Amino acid sequence: MSAHEQFAEDLALYALGSLEGEEQVAIEKHLAECASCRRELEVLRGDLGLIALTTAGPKPPARSRQRLMAAIANEPRLTARKEEPVRARRSWWSIVGWAVAAAMALVVIGLLERNSSLGRDLASLRVRFSDQQSRLQQANEIVATLLDPEATKVEMVAAGSKLQPRGKAIYQRRSRSLIFFASNLPPLPAEKVYELWLFPANGGAPLPAGLFKPDAHGSATVVNPPLPEGVEAKNFAVTLEPESGSHEAPRGPAVIVGAGE
Amino acid sequence: MPSADTKTAASDLALVTAIRSGDQAAMAELYDRYSSIVYAVALRVLQDTGAAEDVLQDIFMQLWRNPGAFDASRGNMAAWLAVITRHRAIDALRRRRPENDIADIVVSVEPDMASDADRSRAMEKVRSALERMGNDQRSVLEMAYFEGLTHNEIAEKTGEPLGTIKTRIRAGLISLRKAFAA
Repeated sequence: MSAHEQFAEDLALYALGSLEGEEQVAIEKHLAECASCRRELEVLRGDLGLIALTTAGPKPPARSRQRLMAAIANEPRLTARKEEPVRARRSWWSIVGWAVAAAMALVVIGLLERNSSLGRDLASLRVRFSDQQSRLQQANEIVATLLDPEATKVEMVAAGSKLQPRGKAIYQRRSRSLIFFASNLPPLPAEKVYELWLFPANGGAPLPAGLFKPDAHGSATVVNPPLPEGVEAKNFAVTLEPESGSHEAPRGPAVIVGAGE
Repeated sequence: MPSADTKTAASDLALVTAIRSGDQAAMAELYDRYSSIVYAVALRVLQDTGAAEDVLQDIFMQLWRNPGAFDASRGNMAAWLAVITRHRAIDALRRRRPENDIADIVVSVEPDMASDADRSRAMEKVRSALERMGNDQRSVLEMAYFEGLTHNEIAEKTGEPLGTIKTRIRAGLISLRKAFAA
């Protein structure tokens, strides 16, 4: 066990889910900052997975398979998902920030999807309802933290390198949810504003997705701007525009664009 | 046997890729491959067949909704499913909302566990390591793992000091890792 010795016992307990309260908070704080302890946690979970795998027992009843296949048939894919690998989601900005942002997006998507599959019986409905309420509250808390102007936001880059303007958009077409974060944006010239644009996958005209002004540190957030229904996005960009915005098409220069462009 | 490992791993990955595009037959195959593991872990924790079936359903539905949650570069499907099943089963046991999204649970296991044969060999090592442990150490580890008790609750239940419980849990995990690496 090569991780920091002072955290080793707590890390084992954390992997088991046996830590509570302050001890849990302390180890989570440390994990957010320490890659070697995060790695050790993954390995510890692997060790614990080995214990789980030693479990032997009867096979599940045939009805379980039928139940699953029926549920899947009721919930077909609308389109093939284009998911990034889990690690890619964690590679940018602070690990904690993106982990909670990704978790929040999944929680929200999960909630929407779950609504359609509820109703098997009243008991499970009640349990799931309470589960959803907790998740919604959790999602609200996460959003509140992410959007709190007083929250400390630190962007980390290779030591010695210069901070560049950056942005990240998380978009869910079905729910029209868009969360956008930007950092290191240059201060705005007088009577100018930044505008976020969504570039539709069908090649249609770019859609305005919110005007915003960064704070003193160049950070900004746009959450759920009004967007038409069901637009598949190909890319996003931020342009510099007159203060009233450009509602038809971007007129000003692009400040940041999606990495695909 | 690297070829067998590669074959199984690629095949899991191929199934996950097919599931991403909505292939229900691929989901059925993945279920046939791993439902026994998921059900056994859930049943061991919950001691109730109905509740274990619910967890089984929940785990595979989540995989259907978010197949990208499985990070194939970090470990194998069996170990990952076992770990997330144990998490979900403990949540169900304690009647609490799920604490983690499955995508956030990254599990790292040696790659030579990918084939069934290698997994059986590894399981033998782990089983004998568990048998070699003293009763106290094994039962503390099992209370924490399969009953989801916190170290405070274990200390209360056994009457042992908290520090002893912590040390036993960690020592148990170290001896498992050593046995597995041997």
